[in-house]
Amino acid sequence: MNITVLSGKGGTGKTTVSTNLALSLENVQLMDADVEEPDSYIFIEPDFKNDYIPVNRKIPVVDQETCTGCRKCVDFCEYNALAMMLDEVMVFPEICHSCGGCEIVCPVNAITEKDRELGKLKYDKNVGDRNIEFWQGEMNIGEESSTPVIEALKEHINDKKTTIIDAPPGTTCPTIEATVDSDFALLVTEPTPFGLNDLEMSVEVMREVGIPFGVIINRSEEGEDDLIEEFCEKEDINIMMKIPFERKIAELYSDGIPFVRELKEWEEKFKELFLAIEGEINEENNSN
Amino acid sequence: MKKITVISGKGGTGKTTLSANFSALAKNHVIADCDVDAPNMHLLLEPHVEKERNFSGGKIAVRDAEKCTDCGLCYEKCRFNAVNEDFSINPVKCEGCSVCAEVCPVDAIHMEAALTGQLYESQTKYAPMIHARLKAGAENSGKLVSEVRDKAEERAEKEGKDLVIVDGSPGIGCPVIASLNGVDMALIVTEPSKSGLSDLKRVVEMIEHFDLQSKVIINKYDLNEKMADKIEEFCNKHDLEVMARIPFSPVFVDLLREGKILVEEKKDSDIAKTIASLWNEIIDALN
Repeated sequence: MNITVLSGKGGTGKTTVSTNLALSLENVQLMDADVEEPDSYIFIEPDFKNDYIPVNRKIPVVDQETCTGCRKCVDFCEYNALAMMLDEVMVFPEICHSCGGCEIVCPVNAITEKDRELGKLKYDKNVGDRNIEFWQGEMNIGEESSTPVIEALKEHINDKKTTIIDAPPGTTCPTIEATVDSDFALLVTEPTPFGLNDLEMSVEVMREVGIPFGVIINRSEEGEDDLIEEFCEKEDINIMMKIPFERKIAELYSDGIPFVRELKEWEEKFKELFLAIEGEINEENNSN
Repeated sequence: MKKITVISGKGGTGKTTLSANFSALAKNHVIADCDVDAPNMHLLLEPHVEKERNFSGGKIAVRDAEKCTDCGLCYEKCRFNAVNEDFSINPVKCEGCSVCAEVCPVDAIHMEAALTGQLYESQTKYAPMIHARLKAGAENSGKLVSEVRDKAEERAEKEGKDLVIVDGSPGIGCPVIASLNGVDMALIVTEPSKSGLSDLKRVVEMIEHFDLQSKVIINKYDLNEKMADKIEEFCNKHDLEVMARIPFSPVFVDLLREGKILVEEKKDSDIAKTIASLWNEIIDALN
């Protein structure tokens, strides 16, 4: 089973939910797909042993000798990753999407492709007493597109385990890439107008991609949750868990300590959350 | 005209709340909400929308099933897995590169402009505001970000404003880089947590990569003063000025819930004074 934890707004508690859930279950694979700013490692403490798998993307190389300066590649490129400077074609690798179109349209075969590293996958297949299989995607600094790193990360999903994916914030390509092949999505929000606004956007995206989902209210406060609860009731969305706004939880987070380690009763709650997710997935499968 | 972008790396550190407060303190400026993935500034500044238009930042492949001979060339050449096994197109995966249309031997595929989102030109009680709403799941958020920033600069130019305040998005990728293009200063808002520091390190590396002037604000510093010290230590090593430490205040959240702005509602509070003097320092640094 494959569960993605996401949110429209950043800083709502995706990593808190992902890591604490992972630490409460058996036979788990945790993947940090927030490849621009991966933070799960802080709470899981893997040993990457200075090893990594490079994530490469193909970028064009123009043989200026063969190139006739016809501009076909420059005109074809939808991303303006190629430009004509004097008589030479220049390549801007950071904005290249690696579609291969320039090579196809070149009438004199002056374009070939080479690999360029835009990110890394790090892993530790057996962390701690829970034997978590941990994977982390990392986009190289200065790169623009994180989606290929997330795609590469997902190739290592282990079907024999419960996979939890910690997604990047937002509602665009990277977040969707981290979510599209999941069985269930957990939308983490907070009871503020910002939280609600961004939750509404996430719900819209989840319905568009057709993945069953539930909501977790983080920093939940007596009397303040109505905002989110009313929306969820109107939209017929399950609120699967509430994590209270408590100084202790915030402090543990800031020191990089998963709160299930200190507040033991939460391990049971995360186990129940997992069972509820299984129930929702089964229900979804039966209704299809 | 000066341009300043507020970023954070990590989400939820207080970029938007601070930007809105700066906007209440600034004079003669334009505001741009460049967090098009999750725009929230409008909830605090309540803009009155004057102009709204669709923005298309890219293309999408459209297949004519009648013409298609099921030759499979598009399926073979598409590198985004956007052509399904029955040769229909998956719009969520399509990145609009046009390769399928190029290779199709019977012209069964053409490219259409894809709607990226809506762009708004608005007026708030403090200043004109440019913002956007990305269509759910749209491609090319970077282009929409650039459009918002360009439009804000254009507006400032036209109306003789001397400052543009840009609220950026979390992360260090495409939308963030687009929001920083050509600005005079990046203001990095961080928080005292291990995650905050980890994310700050990556932001600073990105900033150094693009050689931008930047300064740091530690928000909610008193939630973990030891971590705040560590962050300051890291900043010192990188020759980065920490301009201010702002304490955690439940008042921020309470006012946010009411859609109100702290420096206006609680003018005489210590925290409002901290933010006001911080803003003066920012203006001095900019000039």
